[in-house]
Amino acid sequence: MCLAIPAKVVSVKENSACVDFGEGVLREVNVTLVNVKAGDYVLVHAGYAIQVLDEKEAQETIQLWNQILEVET
Amino acid sequence: MAERLRFRDPDLAKRVTSRINQLTKGKETVKICHVCGTHEWTITHYGLRSLLPQNVEVIAGPGCPVCIVPASETDEAVQLALKGVVVTCFGDLLRVPGSRMSLLDAKAEGADVRVVYGVGDAVKMAREEATKEFVFFAVGFETTSPSTAVEILSKPPENMSFLISHRIIPPAMKLLVKMKELSLDGFIAPGHVSTIIGLKPYEIFPKKYRMPVVVAGFEPLDVLMGIYMILKQLSKDKPSLENEYARAVWPQGNPKAQRIMAEAFEIVDGRWRGLGNIGSSKFNLREEHNVYDAHLRYGVKIEYGVDTKLGCRCHLVVIGRIKPTECPMFMKECTPQRPVGACMVSAEGTCRIWATTKPD
Repeated sequence: MCLAIPAKVVSVKENSACVDFGEGVLREVNVTLVNVKAGDYVLVHAGYAIQVLDEKEAQETIQLWNQILEVET
Repeated sequence: MAERLRFRDPDLAKRVTSRINQLTKGKETVKICHVCGTHEWTITHYGLRSLLPQNVEVIAGPGCPVCIVPASETDEAVQLALKGVVVTCFGDLLRVPGSRMSLLDAKAEGADVRVVYGVGDAVKMAREEATKEFVFFAVGFETTSPSTAVEILSKPPENMSFLISHRIIPPAMKLLVKMKELSLDGFIAPGHVSTIIGLKPYEIFPKKYRMPVVVAGFEPLDVLMGIYMILKQLSKDKPSLENEYARAVWPQGNPKAQRIMAEAFEIVDGRWRGLGNIGSSKFNLREEHNVYDAHLRYGVKIEYGVDTKLGCRCHLVVIGRIKPTECPMFMKECTPQRPVGACMVSAEGTCRIWATTKPD
């Protein structure tokens, strides 16, 4: 799937990062493809961060995902 | 002016669609093509086609990376599974029909076939089960290819190998432009592929073919904006390349990912299921990584397979030549539970999306 989801980087250790998808959902992702630090936002696809997002823009997207989740549950 | 776009705002959608109506009123039919299963999902899920005027058509091109893997490559994975190699792959690959059987059929016969969410999971399994032979059936376009490349360059364990079936999108777009009978007027370019490849690969379309291209994101407003931007270009007769998904797509893409892919893969000609051979459209492992090439390790190479079963029209659906509803088998002999062709199997297949998505 081309599905890629925005997440906020919580911590980075070498090529791995703990990221927050919002609502407290934390996951380990591989960050070899990007240069990131804690606080940055990334697009995650199949367990890999594929691109860095503008924080302002990413928050917008996370807000929307949350909104949608609210409507769908 | 920091105007915050509301990506699913129905009022905003109304304003964009009313502009689209104004731009195209009384004009000839415009045919816009996207090449991404996730775009088709958004379009179908949000009922976007019902918001567009009759003379604006959006068709689904070959944007389903699972659907266009030739049966011969699926057969190779099946052969390895039956040989006792643990075959790892993404979920939708399980039920894609090979010439005789799918990976799921092989699993039913006792083969060890495992679904993974990412290639990293497959490598992890191989490390944890060192006595078994593992292979990752690597399918996907440029959004997914970099992650396979990362693993290949990260010294995978000796019991791991790869069946590379990755393909790249711009050559397929070129093929569609050249199909005069499709009469395309513009492309919506795939948003996440573009986060990797950037904008340069699409420059040829406005330059050489006078074809508008807009890179669009995946929210309904992204897609509507993308359509509007294409129509605006056409109304001014000024085809160009524009980026609607600027929040995620940089003009240069992801150079690091591009370098990593270039280190792991070389570009070769490749067959696309239902489309035939497309030049320079497929990735192969570079020679220096031969040790991880499943073809060489197991002496498995199948040249031809049965790509299209009798009566199946996936080869026409996949280029947007017909809609799923125009296939006589759609939702009769061919359903999500009993798929005949790959388009009905994959989550990104046009037929499956139409069969399973109920518009909001």
